[in-house]
Amino acid sequence: MSGAGADGGQVGPTPRRRRGRWAAGLAVAAPLVLGGCSFYPTYGASRGATKQGQDTFKLYSGMMTTGIIVGGAVFLLILWTVLRYRRRSDEMPKQFHENVPIEVIYTVVPIVIVAVLFLFTVLTENNVDATVSPGARFTTTGAPVVQVRVTAFQWGWRFDYPGLNVGVAGETTNGPNNHGPQMVVPVGQTVQITLVSDDVIHGFYLRDFNFSRYALPGVTNFFDFNVLHAGTYNGQCTQICGLYHSEMLFSVRAVSPVAFHLWAGAEVRAGHTLQRGGSSASNNPPPDTTLYPSDALPSPSSAKGSA
Amino acid sequence: MRVDGLFLAGIGIFFAVIGIVYWTTSYENAGFLMLMGSALLGLLPGSYYLWWSYKMKPQPDDDPNAEMSEGAGAIDSFPGSSIWPFILGMGAMFTVLTFVFGLWLAPLGGTLILSAAIGGTMESRRGGAV
Amino acid sequence: MTTTIEPPELVSPEPGGPDGPTPGARPDHAHDHHEGPTGLLKWLTSTDHKVIGKSYMITSLVLFFIAGIMALVIRTQLADPTSSLVSFQTYNELFTMHGSLMLYLFAGPFAFGGLANYIVPLQVGAPDMAFPRLNALSYWLYLGGSVVMMSGFLVAGGAASYGWVAYAPLSNAINSPGAGADLWLMALALTGFSAIFTGVNLAATVFYLRAPGMTMFRVPIFSWNMLVTGILILIAFPVLFGAVVMLFCDRHFGTHIFTVDGGGVPVLWQHLFWFFGHPEVYILALPYFGMVTDIFPVFSRKPLFGYKGMVFATMSIAALSTGVWAHHMFTTGVVLLPFFSLLSYLIAVPTGIKFFNWIGTMWGGQLSFQTPMLFSIGFLFAFLMGGVTGVLLASPPVDFMTHDTYFVVAHFHQVLIGTTVFAGFAGFYFWYPKMFGRMLDERLGKLHFWLLFVGFWVAFMPQYLVGLYGMPRRVADYLPTNGWTTLNVISTVGAFVIGASFLFFLANLWTSWRHPVPAGDNPWDGGALEWFTSSPPPHHNYTHLPPIRSERPTWDYNHPEHRVIHKPPKDRPPAPVGEGETVGASS
Repeated sequence: MSGAGADGGQVGPTPRRRRGRWAAGLAVAAPLVLGGCSFYPTYGASRGATKQGQDTFKLYSGMMTTGIIVGGAVFLLILWTVLRYRRRSDEMPKQFHENVPIEVIYTVVPIVIVAVLFLFTVLTENNVDATVSPGARFTTTGAPVVQVRVTAFQWGWRFDYPGLNVGVAGETTNGPNNHGPQMVVPVGQTVQITLVSDDVIHGFYLRDFNFSRYALPGVTNFFDFNVLHAGTYNGQCTQICGLYHSEMLFSVRAVSPVAFHLWAGAEVRAGHTLQRGGSSASNNPPPDTTLYPSDALPSPSSAKGSA
Repeated sequence: MRVDGLFLAGIGIFFAVIGIVYWTTSYENAGFLMLMGSALLGLLPGSYYLWWSYKMKPQPDDDPNAEMSEGAGAIDSFPGSSIWPFILGMGAMFTVLTFVFGLWLAPLGGTLILSAAIGGTMESRRGGAV
Repeated sequence: MTTTIEPPELVSPEPGGPDGPTPGARPDHAHDHHEGPTGLLKWLTSTDHKVIGKSYMITSLVLFFIAGIMALVIRTQLADPTSSLVSFQTYNELFTMHGSLMLYLFAGPFAFGGLANYIVPLQVGAPDMAFPRLNALSYWLYLGGSVVMMSGFLVAGGAASYGWVAYAPLSNAINSPGAGADLWLMALALTGFSAIFTGVNLAATVFYLRAPGMTMFRVPIFSWNMLVTGILILIAFPVLFGAVVMLFCDRHFGTHIFTVDGGGVPVLWQHLFWFFGHPEVYILALPYFGMVTDIFPVFSRKPLFGYKGMVFATMSIAALSTGVWAHHMFTTGVVLLPFFSLLSYLIAVPTGIKFFNWIGTMWGGQLSFQTPMLFSIGFLFAFLMGGVTGVLLASPPVDFMTHDTYFVVAHFHQVLIGTTVFAGFAGFYFWYPKMFGRMLDERLGKLHFWLLFVGFWVAFMPQYLVGLYGMPRRVADYLPTNGWTTLNVISTVGAFVIGASFLFFLANLWTSWRHPVPAGDNPWDGGALEWFTSSPPPHHNYTHLPPIRSERPTWDYNHPEHRVIHKPPKDRPPAPVGEGETVGASS
């Protein structure tokens, strides 16, 4: 249909074009539908290995269901409009340009929908971000709290347990076959993380916890989690922090409380204790650049002085 | 002119309200100041246009029944071809490069900017031709 | 009945002296600009918004293709988990520059510097933009800024490599030494001022240079959106400039604004940047919304549905967008979550209004699917999905699980490509005949569209999933055992299909240049004022102007029996409804 004129020359597509359109539509829709069958009901996310993660998952799946229904309805509306009102003749359509009642409806209904979503968001958010007092050893009901201080640095993690005199050594540039340092925690008990950074902003993220938080220099972030199932959960840095950002892996292993205390005792005997004087950038191991020889670290001498 | 004034003043009021809500709920300085700045951006010109719109005579572009002939006469002055925007732009580029690479670029940037300032002003006085 | 009336005098400057034009005077045509400079000198010295608009479009499209090639390198690297196609340093530079080029140097300038510069004065019936020399200066600042940013690749240490957002402290002198970062900051200073001057021009032109009868509520939605974009630019870009200057001082002049030792606050950078950054994405989106809003009525043969609702929605989106900046900072732990979450949810409402108005425009129409219409419909689908995932991100807990993963990457690519590419090319195909006087080939246009549409879904749907599976963004490699490889490969295939689609676009440009098909004044039977004048328009745009009694003056003139006659306001007599009269020109 080349050439000028809104008439387009012919009315409606030829049968060949119609078939072509169906083929294209099928090519796009088929993978979506086939992929979608495995997509429900978790919609790709983790159900959550922690209590907080499960709350987040419930909110996520509720929002996804709403989004699919509302988005799907609008999608079908567009598709129907485009198919139904294809040009059939030269007759001029009715030149209407407003319909106040309908406009009011589609202003008010979305407001109601987002108000409901916001309400559920606030309720979930209060659960996810609830913490015991920073540094507390016990919850208000007397249950023990495990305190872990997580230090992020370029380009690794360090886990210190102030209450147990255990320090898991910070490791860096773990290369393609290593999951980085491991934080061991007891199942079923509240674990409070104190998150700090020695240099730039890093992201502490665990997919199975449905959670992430920034380690910001100059800021101390606190958050709690209660792991529900024993297992090993992989985490990674999510905020670009320099050259070896993609190598800042870590993991969290949740074990029974008995196994946890046995582990803590073994760590102390092996000499993996808290960093003396707290953590600081000078205590952190340098990155292992032999793994990635083409990536030289920026040298201080190339820093530009003031103009 | 009235619509313009209402539009800008409305923006100003909206940001003032949001800014106050933000301050009383978060006590965060940077965001509050930026919202207040945005409020001023709307209120200052908006209130002026609103005030002036009641004094000036109605313009043909705000009259839904205006005829084209009402707009006859000079609309505005539209300067023709001019080399000075190019010179000024290049001067700005070399001036910022001075900050990156060193003072030795400053004479080049400065000369370009100065000649554009002088040339452009003289061009305006002359009525627009290069 | 035609009457010979004095035409609106469009030639300037007036012989009234340095105090300005003498109102009502008819200047002699001694310095008639019809014979202006030609060749290279024309491109260097023109203050004509049409020439400047074309310069902007050419430059921004070149940068678009460069950034696209960077994206293909990134996707090639990611298709293989242990790939060492590029080093980590180069990879970080690539995604930083891909984002920076696309957002700062293509999407915005193409819209407000390119198409809006060309079309807005035409749509409001003005001879040029309000400040022509300032307009030209905007272009040269933009070109200078683009050169400065790209020159980062040529200096020791390479281009900036900290992401297009340049978070402190990663972007300070210790963590990002080298001239590349400084050049990036200076480029933002230049292009920021370019945008600010264009914002001034847009607002002034739409407020003050409208033709008689073109009231604010008859201005086409594209120009309305450009007005709102102009104001939003004035709100957002100065903040960016301030932040850039502060970061530069931290880097070189010993200040401690964003560094902890010295008493600074790193998160302040994020507040400043995102106060600019979120309005920025609406500065990018609103022009493109305006383009499709002008296209749907033409190819539905009906007026726009809900004009006033569209204006209200645009203003709401702009206003709300300035209050949501910290939804990019939910995971910092130091921002007020409910405030930003609520306002972010609310932006969905005016956006939804726009969607329903677009659908309402097509409803009951006689739709024809030429290339601009195809791209506009493609925009609807793309932005629908991108927008719905945005509503998910407005919820802090859901943001905690998706922030900085490929879920967010997929979201913003869908909304950005939906607007800047689908709607942007819709606008380009739509107004190309007006700007160049010739048509683009329909078959090549349709091929471009379908290949782009298929490639787009294939490239980005897997990214949602792989982000939910835990893949962070801005990573140069990942473990083969993660299980992300297949999805990455599919996404890479889609990216190359997108790239291939643009070959058809280039072929289309080439064909229309070598074998031009004349377009005539109004090939699409468009309704807005720009379709009344010739293609391309003459110097100072109009020799005749029709009466303006609605937002579709050309349609009213061509189809007087299908006009929408608005009820006159109570205090004014009804407009004369006669045969179309034109004002004869004697120039």
